[in-house]
Amino acid sequence: MEPKEDHQEGEGVMQNQVSTNPLHGLGALTHRELKKWYKEPIVLFISVVQPVIWMALFGKAMNIGGIFQNPAVPRAVAEELMKSTFGTPDYFSFMAVGMLSFVTVFTSMFSGMSIVWDRRLGFLGKVLSTPVARGAILFSKIFSAVIRSLVQSGIVLLVAFLLGLRLGPSFTPLNLLGVFAVLFLMCMGLSSIFLLIAIRSTRWETQMAVVNLLNLPLLFTSNALFPTSIMPEWLRMISKINPITYGTDAGRQLLLYQTNASQLAVDFTFLGIFAAIFSTIGIFLSWKYLSK
Amino acid sequence: MRDDIINAVGLTKVFNGDVVAVDHISFSVREGEIFGFLGPNGAGKTTTINMLITVIKPTEGHATVCGYDIVKQAGEVRNRIGVVPQEYTADEDLTGYENIILCGDLYGIPREVSKKRAAELLELVELTKFKDKKVETYSGGMRRRLELACGLINRPRVLFLDEPTLGLDVQTRAAIWDYIRLLKEEFNMTLFMTTHYLEEADALCDRVAIIDNGKIVKMGPPDELKRDLGGDIITLEIQAGDVEVANLIEEIPSVKEVKKQDNTYRIKVEDGEKTAPMIIEAIRNKGYAVTRLSLTKPTLDEVYLEYTGKSMRDEQGGRMSVWSQRRTIRKARA
Ligand SMILES: Nc1ncnc2c1ncn2[C@@H]1O[C@H](COP(=O)(O)OP(=O)(O)O)[C@@H](O)[C@H]1O
Ligand SMILES: [Mg+2]
Repeated sequence: MEPKEDHQEGEGVMQNQVSTNPLHGLGALTHRELKKWYKEPIVLFISVVQPVIWMALFGKAMNIGGIFQNPAVPRAVAEELMKSTFGTPDYFSFMAVGMLSFVTVFTSMFSGMSIVWDRRLGFLGKVLSTPVARGAILFSKIFSAVIRSLVQSGIVLLVAFLLGLRLGPSFTPLNLLGVFAVLFLMCMGLSSIFLLIAIRSTRWETQMAVVNLLNLPLLFTSNALFPTSIMPEWLRMISKINPITYGTDAGRQLLLYQTNASQLAVDFTFLGIFAAIFSTIGIFLSWKYLSK
Repeated sequence: MRDDIINAVGLTKVFNGDVVAVDHISFSVREGEIFGFLGPNGAGKTTTINMLITVIKPTEGHATVCGYDIVKQAGEVRNRIGVVPQEYTADEDLTGYENIILCGDLYGIPREVSKKRAAELLELVELTKFKDKKVETYSGGMRRRLELACGLINRPRVLFLDEPTLGLDVQTRAAIWDYIRLLKEEFNMTLFMTTHYLEEADALCDRVAIIDNGKIVKMGPPDELKRDLGGDIITLEIQAGDVEVANLIEEIPSVKEVKKQDNTYRIKVEDGEKTAPMIIEAIRNKGYAVTRLSLTKPTLDEVYLEYTGKSMRDEQGGRMSVWSQRRTIRKARA
């Protein structure tokens, strides 16, 4: 390293680089998050295998269709019963789409944890001392969660096909894009929420407790595992404001059902507003709270 | 003042409404000097640095770094400073090289430039051989050197170092000191550092501010601080047992106090090196011989004791700062 002269020249270079891009640093930070995932074969493997195991266990072991495979119930009646409850003749297909929401919820929770760790380990402090846009810090977490959950969902969907997911009558390959768009919006909104909870926290224990408190209620008050039509009234009310209900329904509309365009429009609108509101609050609060 | 690269006036930080971490401190740092904040755990050193590097906002008061306001022009400040935090902040899952490049990206430095600089910096801190190893395999000294390299990627005008040698062994500490001196001498960089090691402040800093309970209790060059304490101690023995030379010595202007015990004199003087020959000369002129003389310089330890009323060892700090320090020490020794 050549002394002085080199340094002076370097300073000149530096002066030109004052970035005015509000999302400057977003790419680098997102890439850092993803590197921790794809460069670690075990982490990658587990994050993919876990939902597959759940799917196999939930979908195949909780074989609700099996209840009706009873000589006393005529086959046609059984199918009709299943169809009127789940909208599809087999529970596995119903549940497999719900599993995409599982993946999204769990990946989103992870993004909240990682900001707590970044704060504790001092990485956040270091990033805050650089000219990185404050909003980019939060968005790098949101986007890496989105990318991870899309990749994981894609794999889960593929495995579901192999295990016998039955596509609906109005399915076209284009619908897959729709499914990913739905998951994108759902993950964006959910990870914003978990990040908002974590944004000022310094204790990962607290964050862990919050996450544990929220994850199952969030899933069970939605239609991810069971249709809302068989829920008691109070639960159905809750499920109506749960974004997972809309995400899962949109997924089923696109993959399993005879697509109901107006219902699908409602789902997309709800999720779009959900994602927009919480990510906007996220940007706002990260300006306010990241640096106390 | 135009030459002051850092200027703080009444800087104050209160956490959660009642924890006064930094209490109305004012100081300025000149371009090209090594300025040290010396104080025990929990004194408010990290909090001060965090305000200056725009990571937290002051509750009261203001400061400029490189002429820019730390709150209103935070972006300008961030582009001109480098930070070596108290914690080891490099990402353990990435390699040393990837960490430096990441830092470059955070500053928005084009890749071609940051790659070239990364190679130079790795050479500077002697990590080239380990650049493709994951940081989790690094020793404490290597991690600290990597942090240093990361902090230099944007060629900062001021480098902030928070307890740069915390937990390191003596040899590694000396190596870090050499890098710090190099930055000042070769690159005319201004360095703002904190430490709770007295020897470190003494060996490195051009000027030191002693901070205790969030307040600056004393500020100045280490030598001056020691001199202000009342100067050096000369211990003297003369041959002839019962002659009285005390009043003779007291006549010398730079002598402040003379105490006699048997035929040993304890003399408090202002400038030990200059005064000692004068004392010997005065005694010789009366025909007596000096058999023994020793000169003790006060250490920063005593300065510290004088102004804070406690020794550096009575440390305490809040949960966060103790927790983070312990981890830093643990990693340093890994
Ligand atoms: N984020 C924080 N919230 C509340 N109190 C804090 C926070 N950071 C530091 N403190 C408190 O402020 C005081 C000064 O801490 P710090 O600046 O870390 O000291 P030092 O770096 O000199 O060891 C301590 O009492 C510490 O507990
Ligand atoms: Mg500290």
